Amino acid sequence: MLVTRFPSRASGPAERVTGFIAHLRGNGFVLGPQETALALSVLEEVDATDVFQVRLALRSILVPDATRWRRFDDLFDAYWFNAGRQRATEVNAAHVKVQSQRPMLWQDHFDEGPEGPEGDAPQQADPEGEGETEGTEGRLIATRQDNLSKRDLRELFREEDLREAEQAAQRLGAALRDRRSRRRKQALRGNALDLRRILRSSLATGGDPLRLFRKRRPPRPMRIVALCDVSGSMTTYSRVFLAFLKGLIGAGAQTGGQSGVQADAYLFHTRLMRVTDALRDHDTLRAASRLSLMAEGFGGGTDIAGSLQSFLRHYSGKALNGRTVVIILSDGYCTANPQVLGAVLGQIKRKSRRIVWLNPLKGWRDYQPIAAAMQEAAPHLDAHLPANTIAALAALEQEFARL
Amino acid sequence: MTHLELQKQLAATGYVAEESLAMGLSLGLSLGRPVLLEGPAGVGKTEVAKALAAVQGTELIRLQCYEGLDASHAIYEWNYKRQLLSIRAAEAHGGVQEEALFGEAFLLKRPLLQAITADRAPVLLIDEIDRADEEFEAYLLEVLSDFQITIPEMGTVKAAHRPVVILTANGTRDLSDALRRRCLYSYLGYPDLDTELAILNARHPGLEARLARQIVTVVQALRREELEKSPGIAEMLDWAAALSGLGVNDLAQAGPQLQATLVCLLKTAADQSAAPREFLDRVIGKVA
Repeated sequence: MLVTRFPSRASGPAERVTGFIAHLRGNGFVLGPQETALALSVLEEVDATDVFQVRLALRSILVPDATRWRRFDDLFDAYWFNAGRQRATEVNAAHVKVQSQRPMLWQDHFDEGPEGPEGDAPQQADPEGEGETEGTEGRLIATRQDNLSKRDLRELFREEDLREAEQAAQRLGAALRDRRSRRRKQALRGNALDLRRILRSSLATGGDPLRLFRKRRPPRPMRIVALCDVSGSMTTYSRVFLAFLKGLIGAGAQTGGQSGVQADAYLFHTRLMRVTDALRDHDTLRAASRLSLMAEGFGGGTDIAGSLQSFLRHYSGKALNGRTVVIILSDGYCTANPQVLGAVLGQIKRKSRRIVWLNPLKGWRDYQPIAAAMQEAAPHLDAHLPANTIAALAALEQEFARL
Repeated sequence: MTHLELQKQLAATGYVAEESLAMGLSLGLSLGRPVLLEGPAGVGKTEVAKALAAVQGTELIRLQCYEGLDASHAIYEWNYKRQLLSIRAAEAHGGVQEEALFGEAFLLKRPLLQAITADRAPVLLIDEIDRADEEFEAYLLEVLSDFQITIPEMGTVKAAHRPVVILTANGTRDLSDALRRRCLYSYLGYPDLDTELAILNARHPGLEARLARQIVTVVQALRREELEKSPGIAEMLDWAAALSGLGVNDLAQAGPQLQATLVCLLKTAADQSAAPREFLDRVIGKVA
C-alpha cells in the first residue's frame, strides 16, 4: 500500500493527526479539539507504528454511530494511504486549506466567481475527478449531476417556494395528526393529577399523599417517511418534491416534533440515501449543495424495488412504527423486476400505518396505471394520488385527512 | 492491558471478541470512558459486560432501560415504610431525629447509585439506552462525566472507584450527539464463519466438529436471505443446544428434528416459509 507523503513542512504526528481530524470533519464527523487531544493520547496507549492497531483505536474513539463506523475505514485509507486518490498530497492540502477557509460543501457555489475556480477546489470543480464518482457510470452521469446541481437544485430553494412548501407540508402533517387516543399517561409536568397513582403511592407513606403524580395526554407525533424518486424520468418534478421534502423536515423541526410531525426523508434512484440531516440544515444554500453532493447519479435509471428493499433492511427498524405514514414520490417507472416491488411494499405496509403513493403522472388527463410496477404496487397502497406542483400537494390536504 | 491481552482473557471466559471490540473495551478501561455498543439483536452486546465483569473479577450491575424509566428506579428511592415504622417506634421513646431518618439505612440504592458507591469498581451495564426517555439520557450524561450523584437530603455522593460503563443500543431511536461524544463506540456486526465457529466451540465444547460446521453454515446462509428477523448468535447457540439435546449428530439425517428445532432460529411465520426444506437441504448438502 502506498503511504501518503506529507509535505515536509508538516512537522510531526500531532499536525498529521490534526489534519486527519480535519479530514474527518470535512466528511461529516462532528469532532472538536477535545477529540484531537484524545486521539493523540490514545496513540500513546497503543503501538503507534502498527497501522492495524491505530486504525482500531482511532475508530473506537472518533466514530459516533453505525453509518460512520462503516465509512471510517475508507476515510482512514484515503488520508493515510492515498487510497482512491491519485493526487493525495494535493487533496490533503486542499482539506487543510478548506478547513481554514470555508467548509468544502460550499465550494460549488463559489466556483462561478470570475477568477480561479479550478485552483481553489480541485475535487468538486472537476466532474470526472478520480474516485469522486465511485465508479458509477463515469462521465455522463457525473456531468449530468453537475448540470442538475447547478441549474435545478440551487434555484430549488427559493424563499417563497420554500415557505409555500413548508406550509403545504405543515398542513398535510396536521391533517395526518393522530386522533386516536384520549387516554392520559403519567408525565412529570402534566396538567392533571393522577389520582390513582397518588393513592397507590400514599400507601407507602401511611396514607399521606406525599408525592403528587401528574398526567397528560401524551404527544403522539405522526411520523412521515418520505421516499423521493430522483431518477431520470422524474427530473422535471424532483425540484418540487425536494422543496416539499425540505418543507416537511422544516415543519417537523419547527414544532420540535412535539405536536406536529416528525419527518424522515430519503432519496433514491438506483441506490437509496437518507437526506434528513442534509435537509435539516438551517442554511438553505448549504443544504442544497449537500444534497447535490449526495445525489450523485441523479437522473439515472430507477430501481424502486431495490431501493425500498435497502430502506427496509437498513432504516425500517428506526423509521417505521404503527404511527408512520410512508409517502412515496415516484412515477413508478422501474427498471427492476416489478414483482419484487409488490412484496417489498407488502412488508413495509405491515410495519407502518399507511402507504401513500404520490404520482406526478397521475395528474395527466388520460393516465392509466399501466406501468407494470404500479400494477404490482396498487394492492398495497392506501392511496394513489396525483401530485406535480406544490399547489397540487397542498390540495391533497382533504385526501390526507380521510386516511 | 493491551487489547490483545484483553481479547485473550475474554476468550478464557468463553467470550470470543473481535479485535475492534477488544480495542474499544481496552481503551475504555484505560481512559475511563464509557463504551457504547451498537448492533443487531443477538450479537452478544449484553454478554460483553458479563464477560468483562468476569475478567475484572468484579460485580456486574445492570440497569435495563425502558420507556418511562424514572429516578426512583434508576438512581435511588427513600424507603418510606421503614422511615414511618421508625418514626412510630421512636415516638414511644419520645421524639425522633430528622437526620436519622435520612441515613444510609433508609436509602434504597438503585443501579446507578449502587455502581457509584460500590467498594470495588464494578461493571455497570446500561442496557438498551435507546429505550429510555430523552430526559433520562440527559441525566445520564451528568452521571457519566462526573460519576457523582446528588441526593438533596444527604449531599453529593462521589464515586470512590470509577465504574466501567458499557451502554448498549438497538437503534429504537437516535441517541443524542452529546451522549455519543462522551462514549467510545464499537459496532458489533454478525461474525464471519470462523469467528462464529469459535463462539460455538467456546459455548458448546462437546459438539461434534461436523455438526458445528453445519449449524454455523446454515445460520450464515439464513442471514444472507431476506428475512424479517435474521437469526443472531444467541439464536444460533439456542439451536445448537436444542439439536445436541435431541441427540442429533448430522443435520443431513435429521429430518423431523431439523424442522422441529427451526423455531429456535426463525421467529416469524413469514420467515419460516421463506426457508423451506429444500433450501436447508441444499445448504447442508454443500457442507457435507
